[in-house]
Amino acid sequence: MRTRSGICRIDWIVWSIAAVFLAHAAVAAVPPNQAIEPDAYAEECGACHTAYPARLLRPADWTVVLATLDRHFGVDASLDATALAAVARQLDVDPAVASAATTKATPRITQQGWFREEHDEISAQQFRSPAVRSAANCNACHAGADRGQFDEHSVRIPR
Amino acid sequence: MFRKALVAATVLLAAPASAETPESLMRGYAEQARTTSASYAGPSPAAGRRLFHQQPRDWSCATCHTDQPAATGRHAITGKTIAPLSPVANPERFRDAAKVEKWFKRNCTDTLGRLCTSAEKADLISFLLSAQGGT
Repeated sequence: MRTRSGICRIDWIVWSIAAVFLAHAAVAAVPPNQAIEPDAYAEECGACHTAYPARLLRPADWTVVLATLDRHFGVDASLDATALAAVARQLDVDPAVASAATTKATPRITQQGWFREEHDEISAQQFRSPAVRSAANCNACHAGADRGQFDEHSVRIPR
Repeated sequence: MFRKALVAATVLLAAPASAETPESLMRGYAEQARTTSASYAGPSPAAGRRLFHQQPRDWSCATCHTDQPAATGRHAITGKTIAPLSPVANPERFRDAAKVEKWFKRNCTDTLGRLCTSAEKADLISFLLSAQGGT
């Protein structure tokens, strides 16, 4: 009996280790579309520029942005179908329309009327300064830009 | 009983392996290169370094990642800060095969105007892992 219970205990320990390991593996092996969902926009788009909040463009404009990612302001920013669908959902546009081809020019946030109005006291030279480099670099002056915060009182223009 | 333990151990070993490493990705690309060319000599840090600085059009890798891959980079157009590319300086780099493929596709197209070959990808990773690429 003693021998038998000893073997049983070893068996039980091995199975427990296997169960813990598999549970860990199951968490790591979430299907791609679920794993990519929460931060798809920050991950795919925010790597090269500020993760501009969806409210900065109209949904119809975002649709054109997503449909022209293969020629995105001079670079190839194309996404695979899973990532594109996740980003489209985060920007609240229809993934099917966003993947349809279009010949329209990519809309620019910096050419929207509200943007020009809000930045009318900033010169082209200030936008091109080494610390800022581009009007696309929101973070240079708006420290909370990556969190969607553009409060006028927290603006710090680097010199 | 022993058989049960053996099955459990087999399940344990067959479970998915952990994430890739820069070295395993480099070996994978080198194996791919070997299948297309029998005379392939293996990853070359010197060739990777040349590739890193090659600029047939507007940009080279160094344009955004600086000429020191272990340093913090900056996007040439948007000015956005880019975390160091070298896995020596940034352990998060080259850990996910799909992510690595995505960035090779984007960045080889943007710099060279074409996709990179498996041999070039292996060369580049070997450069980034070398003393020169890691500083």
